[in-house]
Amino acid sequence: MTGTVRRFAKVTRAVHWTVALLMISCIGTAAILYNASFAVAIGHRHLVELIHVYSGFALPVPILLGAISAAYRLDLRRLNRFTPGDRRWLFSRSRRDGSIKVGKFNAGQKLNAALSGGAIAALLGTGLIMYFPSLTRLSWRTGATFVHDWFALAVGLLVMGHIYYAVKDPEALRGMRAGRVSASWARAEHAAWADEVPGSQQDVEQGPGPLI
Amino acid sequence: MFRTDRGRRSTAEADVPEVDGTPIGRRTILGLIALAGAGVVGGKAVQDGLAKVLAPIELRDPTGLISLIPLGDSFRFYSVTGAVPTKDSGTYRLAVDGMVTHTASYTLADLQAMPQTGLVRDFQCITGWHVPQVHWSGVRLSTLLDRAAPTGGATAVRFRSFDGTYTENLTLEQARLDDVIVALQMLGGPITHDHGGPVRMYVAPMYGYKSTKWLSGIELTANVESGYWEHRGYPVDGFINPSRGEGA
Repeated sequence: MTGTVRRFAKVTRAVHWTVALLMISCIGTAAILYNASFAVAIGHRHLVELIHVYSGFALPVPILLGAISAAYRLDLRRLNRFTPGDRRWLFSRSRRDGSIKVGKFNAGQKLNAALSGGAIAALLGTGLIMYFPSLTRLSWRTGATFVHDWFALAVGLLVMGHIYYAVKDPEALRGMRAGRVSASWARAEHAAWADEVPGSQQDVEQGPGPLI
Repeated sequence: MFRTDRGRRSTAEADVPEVDGTPIGRRTILGLIALAGAGVVGGKAVQDGLAKVLAPIELRDPTGLISLIPLGDSFRFYSVTGAVPTKDSGTYRLAVDGMVTHTASYTLADLQAMPQTGLVRDFQCITGWHVPQVHWSGVRLSTLLDRAAPTGGATAVRFRSFDGTYTENLTLEQARLDDVIVALQMLGGPITHDHGGPVRMYVAPMYGYKSTKWLSGIELTANVESGYWEHRGYPVDGFINPSRGEGA
């Protein structure tokens, strides 16, 4: 029996799930707009396009609004900063054995955040160029379409990978859903972070502990 | 960065060793934005090169995986309504009406019996995607207009679609251009339903939205009336090259 520790504050979780909803809306409508059989079967291109475009315009809003919360800002700062340990973790074959003490976010999560953020900005910019054709010359619109397609493909893979890792680790998912994780999970997956968080170490001594 | 961070650090952040790392996240984001910017400016050249290299491989690719790569040189299928009825040689009719001396209703066979004009042109969407060197053939719109003999007051042509919603328009002068055809064939065969078959417009010098799919009617009117996408912001004048169409 171990206790739980607080992993994500309300605002961080709200931002995550709003972005998740908007991202799913973007990806679903993108599939309809891009895939020939969906496009013809579902039709209503203007409506699908409006949902896609406005979901995309809305994507950065929760990400920016979250900044009212200090906990969210600290999460962003942690995601931004890569330590030498992160580099070792990323290139280590035994990264999951705990020998490299991971902070609140592992290097993979940091990379996912950075790539998602950059891709959202790139997709937003190129989307604006495509949606308002009078803004730019034709060759730029062709370039924007090209960039938008490739970034969309990459983001699709990134989101699939993200969901795969989340589903594989229910405790990590619980952290984003309910805000708290078990202290033992925190120590196993994010040892350096567990060291900072009051309550996660004491549990080892206080609780009866697992049968080892 | 470090010094200011330390100076402002609140108690909550005091024991967070993690925030002392390198800001790789921010650099990644800025890098991707720069990459996207370069892609907007230079992407067309890269895309044309990639398409040239991959097109012959794609033809012989048994897995079909290469066709999933977004080369950007393939058609995207636009339909503005729900299900569009399917028409074949038995059910298809093309009406020519409005301000004309002779109204007409053509079957597919009628249109096939008329002189056919072939064109090989790029198909260009206003949002940027294009398909290089598409083969088209069909009846020049001017042929149908001559047969209908527009009355004196007619200055524009309005196109209707049997999807029930889409409309487009050209001035009568634009409609008489040599490379404006009522297309019966594209890509080396009859026009498929998804491409707007059995009969669609192909207005070669203009963006794709001017080429009405599932064409059902050609109506001569006194004025240019805005079409479907024009009500939603696209210019009524759809020339790709504003000085005239490309390749004219």
